[in-house]
Amino acid sequence: MSSLTYETVATFAQQGGTVFFGLIFAAGVGYALWPRHKQAFQRLAQLPLEDDEAPHV
Amino acid sequence: MWKRHEKFERHSLWLTIGIIIVVSIGGLIEIAPLFYLESTIEKVQGVRPYTPLEQAGRDIYVREGCYVCHSQMIRPLRDEVERYGHYSLAAESMYDHPFQWGSKRTGPDLARVGGKYSDSWHHDHLRDPRSVVPESNMPPYKFLAEKELDYRTIEKRLATLTAVGVPYTKAQIANAAADLEQQVDPFAGDTSDLKKRYGVKVQQRDFDGNPQKLTEMDALIAYLQVLGTMVDFRTYKAEDPRNMR
Amino acid sequence: MTQAAARSDDAPFDAIALYTFTGLAALAALLATAFTKDPSFRFHGYVMLVGFLVAFLTMTVGLGSGRFRSDQSRYADGVVRAGVIATMFWAIAGLGAGVAAAAQLSWPNLFYFPDAPWLNFGRLRPLHTSAVIFAFGGNALIATSFYVVQRTCRARLAGGAWPWFVFWGYQLFIVLAATGYLAGITQSREYAEPEWYVDLWLTIVWVAYLLVFLGTIWKRKEPHIYVANWFYLAFIVTIAILHIVNNAAIPVGLLEAKSYSAAAGVQDALIQWWYGHNAVGFFLTAGFLAMMYYFVPKRVERPVYSYRLSIVHFWSLIFIYIWAGPHHLHYTALPQWAQTLGMTFSIMLWMPSWGGMINGLMTLSGAWDKLRTDPVVRMMVVAIAFYGMATFEGPLMSIRAVNALSHYTDWTIGHVHSGALGWNGFITFGAIYCLVPWLWKKERLYSNQLVEWHFWIATTGILLYIAAMWVSGIMEGLMWREYTPQGYLANAFVETVAAKHIENVIRTIGGLLFLMGAVIMSYNLWRTIRMPSTASAELPLVSSPTPLLTAAE
Repeated sequence: MSSLTYETVATFAQQGGTVFFGLIFAAGVGYALWPRHKQAFQRLAQLPLEDDEAPHV
Repeated sequence: MWKRHEKFERHSLWLTIGIIIVVSIGGLIEIAPLFYLESTIEKVQGVRPYTPLEQAGRDIYVREGCYVCHSQMIRPLRDEVERYGHYSLAAESMYDHPFQWGSKRTGPDLARVGGKYSDSWHHDHLRDPRSVVPESNMPPYKFLAEKELDYRTIEKRLATLTAVGVPYTKAQIANAAADLEQQVDPFAGDTSDLKKRYGVKVQQRDFDGNPQKLTEMDALIAYLQVLGTMVDFRTYKAEDPRNMR
Repeated sequence: MTQAAARSDDAPFDAIALYTFTGLAALAALLATAFTKDPSFRFHGYVMLVGFLVAFLTMTVGLGSGRFRSDQSRYADGVVRAGVIATMFWAIAGLGAGVAAAAQLSWPNLFYFPDAPWLNFGRLRPLHTSAVIFAFGGNALIATSFYVVQRTCRARLAGGAWPWFVFWGYQLFIVLAATGYLAGITQSREYAEPEWYVDLWLTIVWVAYLLVFLGTIWKRKEPHIYVANWFYLAFIVTIAILHIVNNAAIPVGLLEAKSYSAAAGVQDALIQWWYGHNAVGFFLTAGFLAMMYYFVPKRVERPVYSYRLSIVHFWSLIFIYIWAGPHHLHYTALPQWAQTLGMTFSIMLWMPSWGGMINGLMTLSGAWDKLRTDPVVRMMVVAIAFYGMATFEGPLMSIRAVNALSHYTDWTIGHVHSGALGWNGFITFGAIYCLVPWLWKKERLYSNQLVEWHFWIATTGILLYIAAMWVSGIMEGLMWREYTPQGYLANAFVETVAAKHIENVIRTIGGLLFLMGAVIMSYNLWRTIRMPSTASAELPLVSSPTPLLTAAE
């Protein structure tokens, strides 16, 4: 694998890593801010506060 | 796009797969190139697999957890190079399974401790560290000098190391026990089979000062005395582009 | 329905499967013990044999008397209660081992025994780290995750008897690991010391854990998955990956304890610190953040400050953490591109860490008075504050120039203890103070006053500990690189050892105070459990079916 030089690996890892992170971050933020999720999130946020004596079968 | 997110949220399987993808990629990009990139390990002369006795000593070093207080990695910083010697090369630990670079110096670095102290200093220091260094807070290892070395599995150990990539020859594996015994024989001489198999630089003597017994102390001191002594630094060119990492 | 009712008279399938598994495991342990030539392996063979036999006999009696049936209308809280007790037991064991190790460094003449080499620092220190991280932390994570996943999914734990397998299997792992270190059975890989067969055993337990957790999520009555479960799931899945990759090794023989790692040298170093740093990231961070996201809102009776932020927090945290490992290898023989990458992502890590901290702290907005009135809330808030401090210090120490000074010194030890004692310790203590009255159906804790004592004694202990380690770490770092005007190194190594004596003593005292806090807590919890169950008359043991249940059917 002599085509793998220090420079190619370093560039790929650093630039690729940053781009990849940007994508994941954008996807995460997009998901969090997506208007249609608002209701679900409100429901989820209340979840731990509800009565928890037995499972609601 | 929306559909996929919906799946992430609703189906734990997708969440699991998402987690696996996100956490795998970072590890792969960082770790995988080290196995393929030629410049990860420098080309230097002199690094050889440990002799059976040295490897047995290394196994004791591992067993006792020496790494919790002693590093084996000299950084290229002025004070470290002056205190411990030439900074450590990747090539110097390429046969170390597992690596023992350590992460803490409660005691000093040991990467180049080989040849710095006499065998009898090591023996006394290991037996009772404060008899030699009063301020030391190292534990005593008196029992090493009393316990006979168990090398029942030494051939198997060398064979296993070969399986993970250490280039022992068939003869080295087959004669491991004999080589091990020969290394503590002060009368073995320069033409010993051990030296033929591992090179003339191999140190051959009774390490623990007790020729009657082949102890764990013999093995550990043999290991300590070879640490950092293998590379011939006249052949190492730091500025060579191939060594740029 | 009728079919299910008819079948419930027989022993349930999950229990029979577990019974068979335990029997086979006992047999395998017996054979291994009988045929091995390696005394270390035989010793562990006996430990396993005893463990499996006891489990097998217990199950024989249990199955005979018709236990092991799970009532789907009740939560499986027995295993959570056991987890809470185990957490406190291992807390005291692990903290005690830490105090002993600290005392050895302070007074080597008193605390080393030349004829008891199994108590040497090199064997005790891994015992301490594993006991607090994996035994204390791991039990806390398993117990709270079992509690939280049931409540937020409104479903009983999946797998019937298998959650108990996860619990006891994990205790067996801890006992094998701990006795192994003392007996010199170790891979000497930091935080992954257990040998290959113990690693295999943990893998089996961990897969069962993952399946129980996922199975419960699959059974859920809620349409969505609460974010705490995301964090727990990331913790379970990632730890499995890290554990398997980092422990890849070939044993010297199938009946030999010793093994050699698959990788060597520089590759092995990066794999190890990729593992080591993410053990921090996913075991000690993601898992404990899950606790934060459930117990803080529950205790202050307010929803998490921003649910959206928690999602961004989750993805960016798990993404960035996995890259940060190489900062443990600055200036080593690791290629520089990997070091730079590790440093960059470590600094970026500051962002999601503080996002999470803000989310946790701001959950209290409008209820800040609880800091004054409820010592349990105060404990959890201080935990989050320590999380913020440790995750600020971490990126700072990952900068190469800072690391040149801090690496190999006590500064690192201080840093991890501000995280471990302040963040992991306090958030766990907070969660357990919440859990015990809930699990044992008590109205309150036995004594809030004792919680106050615990809080202040432990906080003093942490501050003494980390202050001492900052001073000694920076001091030794500077002494190592100090030059005389003539250009010679000013200090021999041993002078730095001698200079740290007083800090070592203060550190021992700090650790002792933290241990005392845990002892006070255990007493308080014990008295709480022994209090009469005030609620029992109405709230019914979880056993009587609730109206909701019949309505739903």
